[in-house]
Amino acid sequence: MNDITRPLPKLEELDTRPFWQATQKRQLTYQQCDNCGTIVFYSRAQCTGCTDSQLSWKTASGKGTVYTYSVVRQSYHPFFRNLVPYAVAWIDLEEGPRILSNITGVEDPLTQVKIGQSVAVVWEEHEELCIPLFKPV
Amino acid sequence: MTGQKREAAIVGIHEFPSRDVEGELNPLQIKAISAAAALADAGLNWSDVDAIYDAGEGGGMGGLTIAEYFQINPRVIDTTSVGGSSYQFHAAHARRDIAAGKARVALLTYGSTAHSNARAIGVGGRGGGLHPVDNMESFPGMTLVANYAMVAHRHMHEYGTTSEQLAEISVATRYHAMRNPEAVAAMEALEFLDIRETTIEDVINSRMIADPLHLLECCMISDGGGAVVIASPEVAKNCKKPPVWILGTGEATKYPTMGGDITSSAAVISAPEAFGEAGVKPSEIDIAMIYDSFSITVLTLLEDLGFCKKGEGGAWVEGGKLRFDQPGGPALNTDGGGLSSNHPGMRGIFLLLEATRQLRGESTSQVKDAKLAVAHGNGGMLGARHSGGTVILGSD
Repeated sequence: MNDITRPLPKLEELDTRPFWQATQKRQLTYQQCDNCGTIVFYSRAQCTGCTDSQLSWKTASGKGTVYTYSVVRQSYHPFFRNLVPYAVAWIDLEEGPRILSNITGVEDPLTQVKIGQSVAVVWEEHEELCIPLFKPV
Repeated sequence: MTGQKREAAIVGIHEFPSRDVEGELNPLQIKAISAAAALADAGLNWSDVDAIYDAGEGGGMGGLTIAEYFQINPRVIDTTSVGGSSYQFHAAHARRDIAAGKARVALLTYGSTAHSNARAIGVGGRGGGLHPVDNMESFPGMTLVANYAMVAHRHMHEYGTTSEQLAEISVATRYHAMRNPEAVAAMEALEFLDIRETTIEDVINSRMIADPLHLLECCMISDGGGAVVIASPEVAKNCKKPPVWILGTGEATKYPTMGGDITSSAAVISAPEAFGEAGVKPSEIDIAMIYDSFSITVLTLLEDLGFCKKGEGGAWVEGGKLRFDQPGGPALNTDGGGLSSNHPGMRGIFLLLEATRQLRGESTSQVKDAKLAVAHGNGGMLGARHSGGTVILGSD
């Protein structure tokens, strides 16, 4: 029996609550200001480009590119210590936002994850939300 | 130098010698012991201190807690807390406040029991608090090492930098550590397996912690602390040791942005400001005290500080030129650095301490006639949000 999970986001965190609520519908979202066009990510209360903040939620395609990554060989975290080696990556979504996640769906992350690789979101289901992971396409 | 101002100087220093206090001291005690020793080094006393700079790691209410614990009543309190570079920010602010006439004697202290607390800083879990960043970035299990490793990977991808080149930084730092009895004692206390000078092969054959960073490219996790006393020219001229002048400072931040370049740091902003204010060029620097949390931190910062162009750091560090006894570049982290001497979590203060020792002629890897030093601290995470503080120091 293994009921240890990855660290899950908390829905009570107010800035990112709508982002995580949208993952329940498998939507990867970001904010954009209707007034000045600035994309805001991670989500927050005010537009960072103008003071006439009119932030709207947009849904990303879920497609992106690996900007950089590392394969973790050692972790003391009770969940991740059993998962090594695993890849963490900064992923540039095609709409612009850069998101931190894991590259999944590869047999050997040491040889099968590359900078510049095209990836797409895959969802890991949890009770209250889904976690966006990415796999090579 | 034309226009160079000598408005404040480091006049007292102390580096707490133990890296393992075995749970018998708390951070406040380490701060107080270090403060007393640094004041004595300057020939000053508690009652001379009229300004406190504190990152708050001793707990309580930052500068207020420290003022009471030290039983002083400062006219200036600054509790800037921006991670490991806090002490570069403190030095900048102390100089500014002294130059403005608001203070005469500034005290900076640091104390940490990270080793005794068995904090898995490098490979532990991250986040957990109710902060939007934690809520977005805790789920993938990125260790601290992996964060810096992602900078290294991108640097390799864009510029062809190699692990052998990164290893030069670890090798030079260990070379200096083996000449520093406190660093050797630190490695013994922390039970390093093989305490000796290393080769590039040793580094790249050590086990991978997070690709592409190997064990010997990662800093230690020690206990430790220290203190710095900064004073006005009037006070400095009556101190016991020669003054080490703060000639220029710069402060900056960087965080993840759309399309941002992870291979360059906040130092791109802070360094030109500091060098410009001091009126000196990187090529004139004798001593480079650069925050070595990891090998890639130093490589990135050498480029950003202007010692070489962006992307050329790998080739630039080849051939051992960062050693104190080699020409062609500044002497790097001559105390042994965070990699091999002292890293209790926020290393910035030690950069000021060793730079001062060098400019006084007191280092265990002394550069002959050292006149100019740069101390650059990087706080936070290089591959995400971080602060950069650059301080240029000079002797008379």
